[in-house]
Amino acid sequence: MLRMIGLRLALGVMTLLGASMLIFAGTEILPGDLASALLQNNATAENLATMREQLGLDRPAAVRYAQWFGGALQGDLGRSLATERSVARDIAPRLGNTVFLAVYAAGIAVPLSIVLGLMAAVWQGSVFDRMVNTVTLMTISVPEYLIGYLLMKYISVELGWLPTLANVTEQTGLGERLYLTLLPMLTLVLVVIAHMMRMTRASVLAIMASPYIEMAFLKGIPKWIVVVRHAFPNALAPVISVVALNLAYLVVGVVVVEAVFVYPGLGQLMVDAVSKHDVPVVQACGLIFSSAFIVLNMLADIAAILANPRLRHPR
Amino acid sequence: MRLYGHRVTWPAALGMVIIAVNLMGAIGAPWLAPFDQAEVVCEAWDDPSAAHWLGCDNLGRDLLSRLLFGARMSIGLSLLITTLSFSIGIVAGFTAAIAKGWVDTALSRAVDLMLAMPSLIFAFVVLSVLGTDIPVLVVTLACLDSTRVFRLSRALAMNIVALEYVEVARLRGEGLWWIITREVLPAARAPLIAEYGLRFSFAFLFVAALSFLGLGIQPPDADWGSMVRDYRDMINLGVSAPFWPAGAIAVLTIGVNFVVDWLLAIQSRGHGENA
Repeated sequence: MLRMIGLRLALGVMTLLGASMLIFAGTEILPGDLASALLQNNATAENLATMREQLGLDRPAAVRYAQWFGGALQGDLGRSLATERSVARDIAPRLGNTVFLAVYAAGIAVPLSIVLGLMAAVWQGSVFDRMVNTVTLMTISVPEYLIGYLLMKYISVELGWLPTLANVTEQTGLGERLYLTLLPMLTLVLVVIAHMMRMTRASVLAIMASPYIEMAFLKGIPKWIVVVRHAFPNALAPVISVVALNLAYLVVGVVVVEAVFVYPGLGQLMVDAVSKHDVPVVQACGLIFSSAFIVLNMLADIAAILANPRLRHPR
Repeated sequence: MRLYGHRVTWPAALGMVIIAVNLMGAIGAPWLAPFDQAEVVCEAWDDPSAAHWLGCDNLGRDLLSRLLFGARMSIGLSLLITTLSFSIGIVAGFTAAIAKGWVDTALSRAVDLMLAMPSLIFAFVVLSVLGTDIPVLVVTLACLDSTRVFRLSRALAMNIVALEYVEVARLRGEGLWWIITREVLPAARAPLIAEYGLRFSFAFLFVAALSFLGLGIQPPDADWGSMVRDYRDMINLGVSAPFWPAGAIAVLTIGVNFVVDWLLAIQSRGHGENA
């Protein structure tokens, strides 16, 4: 098993390296390089040459990649083209905000979806099961911003229970922060809960069809205990991987939700940077988002290996 | 009701009606729309009236007309992206399965790497350099999306290439293009059609999300994602304008998903009178 985990870790590191190369290549080797994108209409041959020199584009791409990635590993993400400030310093507080929102949403969504999935599996075919199924099918197809605006319209504008915008600053205390981000958190929970809940239900039901579950029923064990003690542990591996996949999705879904609630997170920073052609900021944000995505996927696979008793003993 | 010998379930029928209405709106926008998409015809945020069924938007343009022209832009663009992504994905996927060896390994590893990254983030990186012109948008999203088509078409072709009639074609000395289009494609058609629906709804949501973030289609062209963005501030004043385009996005996606579910159910059941 250790060997499998080691292999998966190595693959994860390779993927991270590859992703960093892609992010770098995506901004550097494309037709129409950064200098011409920045200068737009003012691009004369002379201007271009000076600009390229300023940006260091006259050096070979491999050298620049090594410098960029080496710097990023040490926490130096370069300087913003728009503000000329250190990218790392701009990103730090926003990364904190985004992580806060994602963890907040995950903390609610994961237990809730597992409990709902188990309940739907226990009462399979009941009104509750069908209702939860229909609602989650709808939330899968509906874009995040529609859910966000619907919640905003009914909960904050009409009922006035919560603020419409999540204006948090560095001084905002934890309690107030939890209150301000309640609506964005709810939106994210609604978006991710559907998949996790349906997968929990499906994998528990798949296990419920096996003979040892029938045996447990024949022994007279109550249904609830059969589901939780006998079926759920075996359904854990697929559930864990779906949970991790959805957490990875949460990392990206947060971009749109942040825009809806004007929440000062990493996603907003990245969107602003894209429209301003601020490439160093985009690269840094892209690297952070992709790393989170890749690491979560890797953790999902490792957790699935750990959750499978058949893999615990070397053959 | 039956279609090609398959019973049409009610969600599938509903989905087909939704798709048909949307397509009619998109194709017929110049004739159906009472006003032009950029024409200022009333005061900002006028209430719905006989002349303006859904009211007016932030600049005094007719909301219904913008919704219809928006359908043209959003749906047309997504169709273009999906078609392009399918062309790239199928050709690459089939080539990998037919050629095997290092071609297959190289293509598969490259695709694995692309799939290991969130596509929204990768699109951001590319768009930050290339800007957000429509051709750039189409090619970027099509390339990103083609990775998923590649996965499916390679898996499908792997099974088909192993069959005798493909072997016969190869021995007959047919070229790669002949084998892709004449031997493998017809056999892989059914699952690919279902996938087309799925990829379309994905591309559609993706374009809408980009436009919503201000990185997709630029004004004055109307499209549903940027309409949500333009009207969003009115939520606080109780105007329901943003819900028309946002709702339209959701309804079309749900409609397409209903039809895709039906297509997939048909495939898993196989053919015949009871299918």
